[in-house]
Amino acid sequence: MSAPDPGLPLGRQAFQANWSGRIAFGALVVYTIYAASHLGFSWDRFVTGLGQGGTFLARMFPPDFERTQLLVDGMVESLQIAILSSFFGILLSLPVGLLAARNLMPPWVTWPARTIIALCRSFHPIIIAILFVKAVGFGALAGVLALIVGSIGFVGKLFAEAIEEISLKQVEAVRATGAPFLNVLIMAVQPQVLPRFIGFATYQLDSNLRNSTMVGIVGGGGIGATLFTAYQRFDYDYVLAILIVTVAMIMVAEVLSGWIRKAFQ
Amino acid sequence: MNAAPGLVTESGQDARSLVIRDLVKEYRRNKPVLRGINLTIAGHGLTAVIGPSGTGKSTLLRCINRLVEPTSGEIKFMGQDLARLRGRQLREARRRIGMVFQEYNLVERLTVMENLLSGRLGYVPVWRAWLRKFPQADIDRAFGLLDAVGLERVALRRADALSGGQRQRVGIARAIMQEPDLILADEPTSSLDPKTSVEIMEILSRLAGERDIPVIVNIHNVGLAKRFAQRVVGMTGGHVVYDGPPDGLTDADLKAIYGGENWLDERP
Repeated sequence: MSAPDPGLPLGRQAFQANWSGRIAFGALVVYTIYAASHLGFSWDRFVTGLGQGGTFLARMFPPDFERTQLLVDGMVESLQIAILSSFFGILLSLPVGLLAARNLMPPWVTWPARTIIALCRSFHPIIIAILFVKAVGFGALAGVLALIVGSIGFVGKLFAEAIEEISLKQVEAVRATGAPFLNVLIMAVQPQVLPRFIGFATYQLDSNLRNSTMVGIVGGGGIGATLFTAYQRFDYDYVLAILIVTVAMIMVAEVLSGWIRKAFQ
Repeated sequence: MNAAPGLVTESGQDARSLVIRDLVKEYRRNKPVLRGINLTIAGHGLTAVIGPSGTGKSTLLRCINRLVEPTSGEIKFMGQDLARLRGRQLREARRRIGMVFQEYNLVERLTVMENLLSGRLGYVPVWRAWLRKFPQADIDRAFGLLDAVGLERVALRRADALSGGQRQRVGIARAIMQEPDLILADEPTSSLDPKTSVEIMEILSRLAGERDIPVIVNIHNVGLAKRFAQRVVGMTGGHVVYDGPPDGLTDADLKAIYGGENWLDERP
């Protein structure tokens, strides 16, 4: 740096004005107001809705645990869908994620792998579930397949990113010993990514548990079908019972996956 | 191969010599980092390569085990031209060449023992690496080397729990685990304090000397080079400008290698 130039004017700017940022934010505000007006939101509707919501909540109490068998069967099936889809989804994500990692693979390998991931990510699990229900019929199989696809899209991408962030120096050292590629993967890549992989896998299991209670709504098996029927029959007390059990199951899963993550730190 | 030190065949010495001819490396076209290196390195003893930063010392070493692809030239070693090898042949040649890195390049989340055994990964099938079922002979040798570098107590400690000096000892032991015919050490002491640097150079020259493995060391510290090397190669601007015994290295030579002369007065 040279000495301060005495000829410089006063009031120099320390920060550059971010005009593109300001314009983008302004446009966002304008569009939000426009969209809200266009969709016909009104204060009256909101107030009426609050009252109806209150009635609905009142009818939920007390929760009805009478039809236990139906509830248990549905939950067990949801759990099975979640575990099966997580297992196969994560298993398939491993090679897809590896092939998509640009620091270990040449472009002609990463592009197809990235395309697969992008396709798997492009739809919500429910939409994929509808496709699979049409393809393989009603039942848990459709739900499992739908969540496998969703898992590949999500976990595959995270795996690829985790691999792209490893230290290549460690890989270089193992490669320099003359190790073949698979041994490099096992001894130099896997140790660096394992804790993050475990984290993503348990997170996906959590996520699949939530989704497995939903795919039933479109015929993909699990508690979702029972829940949907209960809604339509206005059995709101039974709905609450299902919701309580679902929340309990997800909280238990959350605790368990926390333990697993800690063990692999 | 027999692991016992001192049993290396006398006839093997010539086979271990390294002949580099007209080696050129360009990272970008027409901007060569190495401008036609010619060197013959005997199959024993420690050779130090000195020279300013960015002069191609690392590139030279990495061309030998092909972590960097040479642009042209020959690297003759054990009857093969390393510059031409591909695939399996290249991996098999790399098994015979150990490497020690400036930043140790240990696999941080593996234990010291696992890092040592990774020196055997060129020989061990995938399932054994996966299940950590390394041959008992390798494990015994690894424990022997840990004793030799003074790390017998940390075999099961993770590499990221070690100090810099300890890590570099593991790095050296990993290279020796390969039972190499050549060791390349790329600035092995540059990340270490002066006292540890001397210890590391002592370990490197002792372990390699006992096994009669030739060593090529890139090193910044001229004092260390003079102390441990039997031969010094001075490089500047991608050329070799000095090649001879450490005693023959004069101030005029150092000036030719590093340029300028003011720094010469600051030596302790």
